Amino acid sequence: MNEPTTNDLLLEENEHAAIRPLRYNFALGRREFFKLLGSGMVVCLCVRSARTQESGAHRHSEDELPQSIQAWLHIAEDGRVTVYTGKVEVGQNIRTSLAQQVAEELRVAAGSIELIMGDTALTPYDMGTFGSRTTPTMGPQLRNVSAAAREALIDLAAERWHVDRSLLVAADGGISDRHSHRSFTYGELTKGQELVQMIGDDPALEPPSRWRIAGTAVPKVDGRAFVTGKHQYSSDVIRPGMLHGRVLRPSAFRATLQSLDPSGAKQIPGVTVVRDGDFVGVTAPDLGTATKALEAIHAEWTAPSQTSEATLFEDVRKAATGETDNPGGPPRFTSGSIEQGLSSADQTLAQSYRVSYIAHVPLEPRAAVAEWQDGKLTVWTGTQRPFGVRDELAQAFRIPTDKVRVLVPDTGAAYGGKHTGDAAVEAARLAKAAGQPVKLVWTREEEFTWAYFRPAGVIDVKSGIRHDGSLIAWRFDNYNSGPSGLRPPYSIAHQAIEFHPTDPPLRQGSYRGLAAPANHFAREVHMDELAQVVGMDPLEFRRKNLSDARARAVLEAAAQKFGWKREKSSPTRGFGIALGAEKGSYVATCAEVEIAGREVQVKRVVEAFECGAVVNPNGLENQVAGAIVMGLGGALFEAIHFDNGRILNPHLVAYRVPRFSDLPKIEVEIVNRRDLAPAGAGETPIMAVAPAIGNAIFDATGIRLRSLPMIPDGLPPAKARETPRSKPPAGHDR
Amino acid sequence: MPVLLSVNGAEHRVDASPDSKLLYVLRDSLGLTGTKYGCGEGMCGACTVLLDGKPARSCQAPLSVVVGKKITTIEGLEENGRLHPVQEAFVAAEAFQCAYCTSGMIMAAVALLRRNPQPSQEEIIHALDGNLCRCGTYPRIVAAVRQAATPAKGLVG
Repeated sequence: MNEPTTNDLLLEENEHAAIRPLRYNFALGRREFFKLLGSGMVVCLCVRSARTQESGAHRHSEDELPQSIQAWLHIAEDGRVTVYTGKVEVGQNIRTSLAQQVAEELRVAAGSIELIMGDTALTPYDMGTFGSRTTPTMGPQLRNVSAAAREALIDLAAERWHVDRSLLVAADGGISDRHSHRSFTYGELTKGQELVQMIGDDPALEPPSRWRIAGTAVPKVDGRAFVTGKHQYSSDVIRPGMLHGRVLRPSAFRATLQSLDPSGAKQIPGVTVVRDGDFVGVTAPDLGTATKALEAIHAEWTAPSQTSEATLFEDVRKAATGETDNPGGPPRFTSGSIEQGLSSADQTLAQSYRVSYIAHVPLEPRAAVAEWQDGKLTVWTGTQRPFGVRDELAQAFRIPTDKVRVLVPDTGAAYGGKHTGDAAVEAARLAKAAGQPVKLVWTREEEFTWAYFRPAGVIDVKSGIRHDGSLIAWRFDNYNSGPSGLRPPYSIAHQAIEFHPTDPPLRQGSYRGLAAPANHFAREVHMDELAQVVGMDPLEFRRKNLSDARARAVLEAAAQKFGWKREKSSPTRGFGIALGAEKGSYVATCAEVEIAGREVQVKRVVEAFECGAVVNPNGLENQVAGAIVMGLGGALFEAIHFDNGRILNPHLVAYRVPRFSDLPKIEVEIVNRRDLAPAGAGETPIMAVAPAIGNAIFDATGIRLRSLPMIPDGLPPAKARETPRSKPPAGHDR
Repeated sequence: MPVLLSVNGAEHRVDASPDSKLLYVLRDSLGLTGTKYGCGEGMCGACTVLLDGKPARSCQAPLSVVVGKKITTIEGLEENGRLHPVQEAFVAAEAFQCAYCTSGMIMAAVALLRRNPQPSQEEIIHALDGNLCRCGTYPRIVAAVRQAATPAKGLVG
C-alpha cells in the first residue's frame, strides 16, 4: 500500500505549480554532445517505456523528437565512466548511491564513476529532484543503462575473440574469457571507436540479495572537497568580470511599485540600477557597494490589506472551496459509508489539529550566477528543478530553451524549498542590464521572506470506534496544508478523507514530505487519543488496527529497540509512539521526554525505518537521523509569524531551528528488505517525529497538544491543561 | 585605502574600506570561498574563521578589527597536502550531508581542541552550539570531534 503512483507525481507537480510566482512584471521584449565526449562507448535510451515518463524525454516537444537521443553513460578509452542524470545532489547523497548502482551493474569500482548532474546542456531531461523519487526511478534507470552497457561490451569482446558470449565474464572493469584467460579492459575494448549503444529490452539486473557494491557503505563522493572548502556551491562560482547584485524587495507581499527615486544609487561609482516593471535591482563590483546602492534607493509601494496570523486558522477553513469532488480536483478518498460507520460506533471522537507555516532554512540561501554571451544565457544555481528553471528563464526572457543552460552544482540543501528559479531569473535580469556576469545571493532575510513556506493548515478528524478498540470510522479533512500522506495505514471499514485547498495568505510549496508530516501529526495524535478513549496501550491499539505487514514490522522494531513500556511513565517522564507510511517506505518513531516545570526536553528518539533494499546503509542512517533532528524543530518550536503581508521573524535570532543543545539521544534501526525494490528515504523519516513527541508529552503530563509547533514557549500553564491524566477518556459515548 | 591582511600565513593587500566585513573580503577579494555566508547575523556559524587561533564570525568582523591578527580559514588547515585531524575525522564519520556548514563546523572544532584537547560531550555541544547544521548531522559532528580528540590520532593544535 501507499506505493507512489502517477497520481502522487501529479500531486507533487501540482504543489509546485501552486507556488505563487514572484511578481516582476518584466516588460522584456542540442547539443554538440558527442563531440564533447570523444570516442568510446555511449549508452543511450530510446524512449519507449513508461518508466521514462518521469526522468526521460517528456513534455518538451524538442526532447521528444527522435534525433534528441539521450546519452546516459559514457565509457572513455581510459576506462573512466561518466554518467549523466538530471537529478541534483542537495545533501541526500544520491551522487554516491547512484554511482554505487552503476558500479554494481557495470562491474567497475564505484570510484571510477563520475556523475554529471543537473546540467541542462548535458543531462537528459528530468522533472526534478523531489518526492523521494531518485532511488525508485533513477536508480533502476541507471542500473538498466549500465547493464545494457555491460552486455554490449560482452558482445563486443565475443566478436573480437570469435567466441560464444556465454564463455565471457564482465568483472572489475573488463571482460575476460574463462577458458583462454584472455581479458580486455572496457577502455581497451572501446578504443578508437565511437559506439552508440541503444538500450533494448530490459537487461537482467542483479537482485539486491546479490549486490556487492550497492548495499554497502561506500563513502560519500567528494568528502575531501567538502572538508577543505574546495567544493564550489552556486554561491561560490566566480566568473570573469563578475558583478554582484541585490534586489529591492517590496514593502509587503502583493505590493506594487508606486514611485522610485534611484538617483542616490546612481551617483555611486560602478553601480547600475535596473528597473523593469516592478522589478528593481542594482549591480556593483562588490557586494558592499551593491548593498549601499540598494539602501540609497527611495521607493514607495502600495500593498493591499492582507490576512494576519491571528485569524489564519479560521481563514483557511472559511476559504476552502466547497467543490472538491470534480474529476481532476483535489484528492478525496472514500470507502464504506462514513455516516454508517460513525452511527454504528460505540464511541466517537472529534478533534482539530493545526500546523503553522514553517521555513526550510537551507543553510545556503538561494543563489545564482548568470552570464549572457551571444544571446545565450548560462546560469549556475541551486535548484531542485534545473529543467524547470531553464524553462522559467526562457519564458522570462522570451528566448528558446536551447539558448538557456542551467547548471546545478551540488547545493547547500533544499528540503523541498528550492523548486523555483527566483534567484536565477533575478540574476539573469541584472546580468542582461549590466552586460556582465552577475552573482546574486539572497540574504537570510530574503530567504525567510521571499522564498515559500511549508503550508499551514487545519486538520479535522472525526472517528468512530468499538469498545474492543476496533477503529471503524475515519473522517479526515485537511484544509490547506496539503494532500500528501492523507490516507491512514490502518484497516478502517468506513473512510471519508478529503483535502480542501484554499487561497493561502503566504507563498507556499513543497517541504520535506510535503503535507505528510502534518497529516501524520493529526492522525497519530488522534490515534493516541483513541487509545486513551478505549483505555488501551497506544502500541497495542495500533497493532489491533493494523494489517499491513511492513507497517507492523517497523512498529515492532521501534518498540523493541526502545523498550516500550519497560519503564513506567511519571509526571516528569513520558513515552510516545507514532507510525508512518508514505512513498513506499515505512517508519515508526518512539520518543522519551523529560518534563521540568514548563520545560520539555526530548531525551531519546528511536526510529525504525524500512525503504526496501538499502542502497547505502551509512548514507541512509545519516538521512534518517537528520530527518529526526529537522523534525524536532517543526514539532517543538519552529513557526513563521506574519501580519498584513509582512514576515515578522525573518532572522535566525527570531526563528529558532534545532541546535546541538536540542539533541536527544538518537537511535536508528534500519529494516533492510533485500527482497523489495529500494524506495526513497529523504522524507518519510521525518513524518512520525512530531506525533511521537506529542504523545510522550501527553503520557507524562496529560496535556494534549494539537498544534505544531507544540511548545514554542514551553508547556501551557497548569490551568490550561484540559485532560488530566487520571480523568476518564474524552470520547463521546453513544 | 589598501589594508594589509595576514591570511593562512600569507600577507594580502586588499583594497577595501575598514568597515568591510571580513567574510566578503575573503570570499570576493581573495577568492577564499570555503568560508560561507549563512545568515549575516552571527547566528549560524557558517562563516567561522580563526583570529589568532580563536573562533570568530567573519560576517560580523570588520577589517579594522582583524588587521594585525593571524586569520586562518578552512583553506589554511591542510599542511603539505595532509588534512588536519579534524578534517580527517569529519570525512571518516561522514559528518555532513549538504556540507554547507562543514567549513564553519571544522573551524569551530579546531578552535575548541586547541583550547581544550580532551573536551567532554557537553563541552563539544557547548562550544559548537552557535553553529547550525540544518541537515541535522549533529550526532556525527560530535562523534567526529571526539574522534579527532583521541590521543591515538596524535592531535595537533
